[in-house]
Amino acid sequence: MFIRHSTIEKNVILMVVLTLITVSIGGLVQIVPLFTIESTIERVDGVRPYTPLEVLGRNIYIREGCYLCHSQQIRPFKDEVERYGHYSLAAESMYDKPFQWGSKRTGPDLARVGGRYSDDWHVAHLASPRAVVPESIMPAYPFLATRKLEFEDIAQHLKALRAVGTPYTDEMIANARADLEAQVNPDADPTALEKRYPRAVVGKFNSASAEITELDALVAYLQMLGTLVRFGDLPPDRLRQ
Amino acid sequence: MSSSAALSTGPSPAPRYVEDVIRVAVILTMFWGIAAFTVGVVIAAQLVWPQLSFDSEYITFGRLRPLHTSAAVFAFGGTALIGTAFHVVQRTCRARLFGGAPLGWFVLLGYQFFIVIAATGYLLGITQSKEYAEPEWYADLWLTVVWVAYLIAYLGTVLKREEPHIYVANWFYLAFIITIAMLHIVNNLAMPVSIVGTKSYGAWSGVQDAMIQWWYGHNAVGFFLTAAFLGMMYYYIPKAANRPVYSYRLSIVHFWSLVFMYIWAGPHHLHYTSLPDWAQTLGMVFSVMLWMPSWGGMINGLMTLSGAWDKLRTDPGLRFSVTAVGFYGMSTFEGPVMSIKAVNSLSHYTDWTIGHVHSGALGWVAFIVFGTMYYLVPKMWNRPAMWSTRLIGWHYWIATIGIVLYITAMWVSGIMQGLMWRAYDELGFLQYSFVETVAAMKPFYAIRLLGGVFFLTGGLIMAYNMWRTIRGEPVAAAARPRPALAA
Repeated sequence: MFIRHSTIEKNVILMVVLTLITVSIGGLVQIVPLFTIESTIERVDGVRPYTPLEVLGRNIYIREGCYLCHSQQIRPFKDEVERYGHYSLAAESMYDKPFQWGSKRTGPDLARVGGRYSDDWHVAHLASPRAVVPESIMPAYPFLATRKLEFEDIAQHLKALRAVGTPYTDEMIANARADLEAQVNPDADPTALEKRYPRAVVGKFNSASAEITELDALVAYLQMLGTLVRFGDLPPDRLRQ
Repeated sequence: MSSSAALSTGPSPAPRYVEDVIRVAVILTMFWGIAAFTVGVVIAAQLVWPQLSFDSEYITFGRLRPLHTSAAVFAFGGTALIGTAFHVVQRTCRARLFGGAPLGWFVLLGYQFFIVIAATGYLLGITQSKEYAEPEWYADLWLTVVWVAYLIAYLGTVLKREEPHIYVANWFYLAFIITIAMLHIVNNLAMPVSIVGTKSYGAWSGVQDAMIQWWYGHNAVGFFLTAAFLGMMYYYIPKAANRPVYSYRLSIVHFWSLVFMYIWAGPHHLHYTSLPDWAQTLGMVFSVMLWMPSWGGMINGLMTLSGAWDKLRTDPGLRFSVTAVGFYGMSTFEGPVMSIKAVNSLSHYTDWTIGHVHSGALGWVAFIVFGTMYYLVPKMWNRPAMWSTRLIGWHYWIATIGIVLYITAMWVSGIMQGLMWRAYDELGFLQYSFVETVAAMKPFYAIRLLGGVFFLTGGLIMAYNMWRTIRGEPVAAAARPRPALAA
């Protein structure tokens, strides 16, 4: 069993194999159980896949690198819970591809920013952050308000997400385009959308434009963050990991 | 290996090494270094004066930051590693690069192509949003091809070596190449939306994705920025100091313990998150233990100077390498401290992390590259020495002051921000709004910017010195200072 080190030093294939085994162990021990232990993701109600509009809004959030300055992960500390709301659950990001927990808070955490500010506040803030918060060092994103959202291929996005495990149904994929348009149209009947995506927020998020803009999608995404789980009627043992 | 054949015919003539690839890699390393430092200065300035994004979509902090990190880690660091790996493996194996110049060029230029398609993508908003793994699926696939070629070239050269033993530097380079391949493939598994589009969705989601990403992310640090650069240290410091490696036994022990333990450290990026506690605790314990193999490397590097410390007075290039090992020791002590959950509760999400990364990236990675380049440039271009030793000294001090300004500013701002977030007033309310903590950072962001400008200035001095050296007269073959030593 015991191999003299000089043997390894003279046989590069042996060295490669041993190195590969050595570097595999840690990852296997830490990663595989996260897929097999059921309690890794808390059994709470309300978390659903993103609506088509939220998917595209989330993609804009990713495109602009928002995660580089904003976390979406509230730690279970008194000050964080008071500042941002209930600490984050694994269940709340179970459909996040990729996760957006972040690693730096140059700006505040956004895990529960949904519903905290009005749509108009977000529209004004994204166009010119310092007009709303004078000390802010966030870049301005005026172009979002005027650029039309590209959603011709929205069904393709849902299909790709389903291929990697997000439970979109055939019905959701077939109605992707209709659902997207319904979510930004306050005059449309939201019944079908809300049946497929409970608690979806409907509205013309970017009131500055009559078109469906990138800003509509981004604000729709921001306004749903952290709103799916109702913590008020949740028995504490459901939160156990 | 082929030693019996070599013995029967007497000492074989030194094989002609592949060297043009290395020369180009040296120049590209310098180019990417300047690019990475410049983008760093720009985004540091944007944090002081946010108007500097000029309402443009292409140069916001969110798009430039991956450009900065990728330019520093993958372009500057990666190109230096490819160039030095090819140099080290040929010399220590006394064998011409496997696949010769064509394979060498493919690896180097293929890698440059990867950098260019990844970097232009960032500016256009094409990103997976996984830190240090931002390139989208098509760039990832291309990198996989290049990386396999890199492994083949490296492994093939070791296989046809004329030295019976594989020199220690090669263990580290090999571990780096193999492990990065494993991490890259697993972390980047994804489904493109369309075969002609850029967007993809990853195979993993939520908490598992977070774990896999930081398993990747931390070991990009562990194997790309640590193991591989230790390989560099194990060749160039003994060469420049003209001393053997201090302890052979120590290099065995710290090599295997380092590659074993590093992989476990990822969860310390996810303390107090929704990652289950057992994984966080494992990550913390291994991170603290990692201190020992890390310092094993530091001790081996520094003690190699035993009996040659006087060279630090006359060889400022070596001074860079030795200071790098010092910074390595400091960062690998600070890292385990920050991985302790109680400390992490304060440091996480703050600038302390940014400062820690830069004491590693500037102090360790960039300095060991600078030291290596100051050794390699005269060798590769057959010059007696660098054009100006004095300018190396200037570079050294300007860069060192830059690092000190940078990391002290980030310590203060990071700890201050962490404390402000958790401060309560006498009535039991949170004392500061978030934006008050942002405003309090401003002076420190300005100091950090100044540190970055210093570091960039040092880089420009080096580029000038390098250009003058390369442009200068080569030494006549007879007047070479000393014959090339086999390791």
